[in-house]
Amino acid sequence: MMQAMSDPIIRVRDVTVQFGKTRVLDGLDLDVKRGEILGFVGPSGAGKSVLTRTIIGLVPKLSGNIEVFGVDLDAADRAGRRAVERRWGVLFQQGALFSSLTVRQNIQFPVREYLKVSQRLLDEIMVAKLVMVGLRPDVADRFPSELSGGMIKRVALARALALDPELVFLDEPTSGLDPIGAGDFDELVRTLQRTLGLTVFMVTHDLDSLYTACDRIAVLGNGKIIAAGSMADMQASEHPWLRQYFHGKRARAVMG
Amino acid sequence: MSAVPRMVVVKGGPDLQRSGEGSALSLRATGAWTAPFAPSLERLVADAEKLAGKKIDVSIDVSQVSKLDTFGAWLIERLRRSFTTGTAEARIDGLSANYASLVDEVRRVSVAPGGDATSVTITGMLSQIGRSVAGIFGTVAALIDMLGAVIVASGRVLIHPRGFRLTSTIHHLEQVCWRAVPIIVLITFLIGCIIAQQGIFHFRRFGADIFVVDMLGVLVLREIGVLLVAIMIAGRSGSAYTAELGSMKMREEIDALRTMGFDPIEVLILPRMLALIIALPILSFLGDIAALYGGGLVAWFYGGVDPEAFLLRLRDAISIDHFTVGLLKAPVMAAVIGIVACVEGLAVLGSAESLGRHTTSSVVKGIFFVIVMDGVFAIFFAAVGM
Repeated sequence: MMQAMSDPIIRVRDVTVQFGKTRVLDGLDLDVKRGEILGFVGPSGAGKSVLTRTIIGLVPKLSGNIEVFGVDLDAADRAGRRAVERRWGVLFQQGALFSSLTVRQNIQFPVREYLKVSQRLLDEIMVAKLVMVGLRPDVADRFPSELSGGMIKRVALARALALDPELVFLDEPTSGLDPIGAGDFDELVRTLQRTLGLTVFMVTHDLDSLYTACDRIAVLGNGKIIAAGSMADMQASEHPWLRQYFHGKRARAVMG
Repeated sequence: MSAVPRMVVVKGGPDLQRSGEGSALSLRATGAWTAPFAPSLERLVADAEKLAGKKIDVSIDVSQVSKLDTFGAWLIERLRRSFTTGTAEARIDGLSANYASLVDEVRRVSVAPGGDATSVTITGMLSQIGRSVAGIFGTVAALIDMLGAVIVASGRVLIHPRGFRLTSTIHHLEQVCWRAVPIIVLITFLIGCIIAQQGIFHFRRFGADIFVVDMLGVLVLREIGVLLVAIMIAGRSGSAYTAELGSMKMREEIDALRTMGFDPIEVLILPRMLALIIALPILSFLGDIAALYGGGLVAWFYGGVDPEAFLLRLRDAISIDHFTVGLLKAPVMAAVIGIVACVEGLAVLGSAESLGRHTTSSVVKGIFFVIVMDGVFAIFFAAVGM
């Protein structure tokens, strides 16, 4: 049922992104395989969010080629783009909930736009998504400004999952959450990956997340992927930044 | 309906087959039970649900489902629930291990009826009217409150001049005054031209062309100059103040200032108010000159009043009082615009919609109060004989 693990769902080839004179991504190659949770790490300002936004198509690239679900988004027409966008969900760093809509309307918005279903089913699906992300249905009629930071993240994830996408982009999903909340979130991502067969592209700084949730880790540095592989590969690596990152004081605390 | 995706994959679409006799019913779900097929899935399930109550021994076979997601899992769960009544419970058969956890997940969902329904009632409408009326007093109270806070803050700054934000004031002065000069001069120039043209056109019938100078002088210096500039500034700078303060409020920047021991009124509002109060008389002065200049040009080319005669007549017709009256009004109007803009800015709540609403009402209320103040001034100056 699930396609071969070797089939990449995202294919990034030789991508260069430049802002003014600073080159952020420099001939970067990356594959994300179907059904995996890829943790994406790197020093602050290395361009992790830029790569995410480039793949989604929010940041124009100077050169290179990106395919998502085997579709080159630059070459695709409007309908083709929409068909791809319908199959992915994005969780932005700050949630990016629509501030003038309630939680209910936020989650129902993409469903309402793409599918012609009854209000009853919309409501039921909305509640199902809220339950999935670990929220109580009674937050449905609150506005985003009335939610806590962790709840905003969860609602934003529920919205990203509203159409049951095959691929989700999570930009620092656990930043700003308490450790227990962050742990729950990792657990949640894993559960969703198992139940929905999701592919997850997760930008994170959280060593716990990398350790518990991710199947594979890719490290960004100097505009390129400097390493990609399992947690064991990362720990075995001799690269100075990796050594510092995975053998630092905090890493030792996580790994016990 | 461009929003509905094309149904490309017709083959493999979902179906729900019924079989069984008497009180027994077995439903067999096939195909892809996923989001893109949600509309047809919903119809299938709704059709099957009509049998609820008639059948007691119900089983739902999902072994032939090729793909399942939350939509499909929920609809199967909904089907199961509608056939589960008191004594009888519907069974789900053939669930693969892959999807079992998803079905378990949706089993936890309990749906409460939506709270979206808001009905229009007479009492609701009456209470809405009442709330709006009470809101007027609230608005006035908020304005007076802000006026008081600004006065207190400026008193504090007078006692401790080091608390005064010169850089910020100069920055706002540049935004509000310097950058507004071109548009203000252009608009008042055009209005001066139009007033002179209309005056000449109508006065000519009585052979009273020259009186256009009197009209232009009094109108521009006393009323139009300052009023026009105040309205322009309410639209241009009042809205900017509200939007700036409002977005700072949304991002908790104002709370951050407060926790660092700064008074937002002193740091944010006082420099803005001061900049406006300095700017408006200057802009009014420039506007007066531009309008008179425009009027003079039209009088010359269109009405045949040469500049020398125009100036001579202007000197006779206009006393310094007219000019003073105009400029005296300017700082007061600036204060009104500034206070309205700041009150609205600080009243912004968390949403983008609220920011838009308060920016609109900042401009509308600003212009309204400017015109009210102008009326009050007209009465006042008539009483003191200026």
